[in-house]
Amino acid sequence: MPSDISPPFAAPTAEPASTLRLQFRRFRKNRLAMASVYLLTLIVLMCFFGPMFFPFTGEDADFDNIGAPVNLFSIHPFGTDDYGRDLFIRVLEGGQVSLTIGFLGALVAGGIGVLYGAAAGYVGGRLDGFMMRLVEVLYGFPYVILVILLSLLFGGGTVSLFAAIVFTLWLTPAVIVRAQAQSLAQREFIQAARAGGMTGGRIVLQHIVPNCVSVVIVYGSLLVPEVILSESFLSFLGIGVKEPQASWGNLIQVGTSAMSTDLRLLLLPGGLLATVLFCLNFIADGLRDAFDPNDR
Amino acid sequence: MLRFIGKRLWNGALTLAALVTLTFFVMRLAPGGPFSRNRKISKEVQANIEAAFHLDEPVIQQFGRFVWRLLHFDLGPSTRFRDYSVNDLIASGLPYSLTIGFWAMVVATFVGIALGILGALRRNGMTDYVAGTIGVIGIAIPIFVIGPVAQAYFALHLGWLPVGGMGAGWKSWVLPVLVLALPNIAYISRLTRTSMIETMRENYVRTARAKGIGGRRVLLKHTLKGALLPVVAYLGPATAAIITGSVLIETVFALPGIGRHFVDAALNRDYPLVTGITLLYGGIVILFNIGTDVLRAWMDPRLRHA
Repeated sequence: MPSDISPPFAAPTAEPASTLRLQFRRFRKNRLAMASVYLLTLIVLMCFFGPMFFPFTGEDADFDNIGAPVNLFSIHPFGTDDYGRDLFIRVLEGGQVSLTIGFLGALVAGGIGVLYGAAAGYVGGRLDGFMMRLVEVLYGFPYVILVILLSLLFGGGTVSLFAAIVFTLWLTPAVIVRAQAQSLAQREFIQAARAGGMTGGRIVLQHIVPNCVSVVIVYGSLLVPEVILSESFLSFLGIGVKEPQASWGNLIQVGTSAMSTDLRLLLLPGGLLATVLFCLNFIADGLRDAFDPNDR
Repeated sequence: MLRFIGKRLWNGALTLAALVTLTFFVMRLAPGGPFSRNRKISKEVQANIEAAFHLDEPVIQQFGRFVWRLLHFDLGPSTRFRDYSVNDLIASGLPYSLTIGFWAMVVATFVGIALGILGALRRNGMTDYVAGTIGVIGIAIPIFVIGPVAQAYFALHLGWLPVGGMGAGWKSWVLPVLVLALPNIAYISRLTRTSMIETMRENYVRTARAKGIGGRRVLLKHTLKGALLPVVAYLGPATAAIITGSVLIETVFALPGIGRHFVDAALNRDYPLVTGITLLYGGIVILFNIGTDVLRAWMDPRLRHA
């Protein structure tokens, strides 16, 4: 009976661990990075869901409690500002703006950079030379100057700020992915795909991009703090997110001008911004260590 | 080597030309001119103002005029500060910005390299630990948070240094320079440390030691030269970082430098002033990038043929 015969070799019971999974396993052993992941998750959840537990929003003025001091057991745990707006809620709402711009900006900038770099590296030749020349010229610009110029061009406000940041930050991923794509383009499986009649666009999307994933994850994780920093930098100068919309940058700016009387206006948003940047940097370090063992 | 320098200069000129063009057209396309106020102006006055600033000519002609003036280092009049040309405004602010930028760069390079070397020589020692802490703080906490906190502590609480302005002689420079240098100290010390540790493992360093050359000489003549290459490569980006930082520092410490002018000009839509300072900043960064590349190529001949 054929069913009695066991197959010549047993199918592996567990799926073999992919490189990506091994890399994440290595990442999970990094205590500092994992602690940062947990802390960052906590801050993100707090920013997005925290304000729901309060009966007012960050734009509601409480005229009975103007400039209320820190009192953890009152309705305004960290007090209110000069307009009677709850400081804690405003910092959380500012966090929503800063974090959204940070992650979305890194995602979009990374996406554009990856596609651009992959296409340039795969196609090669003249087109590659031209595309990289363009990147080189843009690289020569002082980056913040470019952001300020562009946010002037787009007319100010949150959307234009976002566009300006994305426009300036896609360059680094493009350069990194292009180098990777160039070496991949010579490999046998790409040649096989081309011989099999796959079109250039599909090769880039299905073979080149997935094979750049680990590089992209490492450098993408560095983009997030960079975007958050640019956003708060511009909002601090008054060019980015504007009042009454809160963001960590403009809250810090308000805190700076009230520094001599009330330090908590500065320390609360500043401290939260610094904590998030700490976490993101430790996570990026951890990812690099886990994904790039040759580095050490 | 000469060919390499020529190629880098050509690339730099190309970048500068692109920057000039981009700046001009961004300024032209940006919404809201310096004269679009709520107050109604009569048609004649409007036409006179436009004629005075040559806004009534075709764009190409304006661009030609702009480039022609640039070649004569004339940036035109400011649209915000009447009777001041952009050149005047830049000349009044530049000494402050250059002094702060220069000293911040010097402090960052020397302290950064020293911390990096000491950390690499005694790994996990006290200095290494301190340098590591400075590194993490300098990279993660933005200077517009550190600056005000330093003001609050050293100026308001302890009263050692002035809060801002330029009124107190050398004391007024201390905080701005240190705060501006901090992130770069962090980067440079990290870079130096990693590259020192790597270089100390190289075969040629081991050979030098095996030949009986003293520890100090091996360190200064053999290890350091190789180890400083990545640090030198960072000097170009460091210039850009210092410029970016000086915009913030001048705002935080209320200094009359061009960084402050730049932000005010951007907020007031004083387009000639924005253009002037952008080109100045861009030129400085491009020049330093070229200088850095040439210095690297001089130190490492392999780079000349890249």
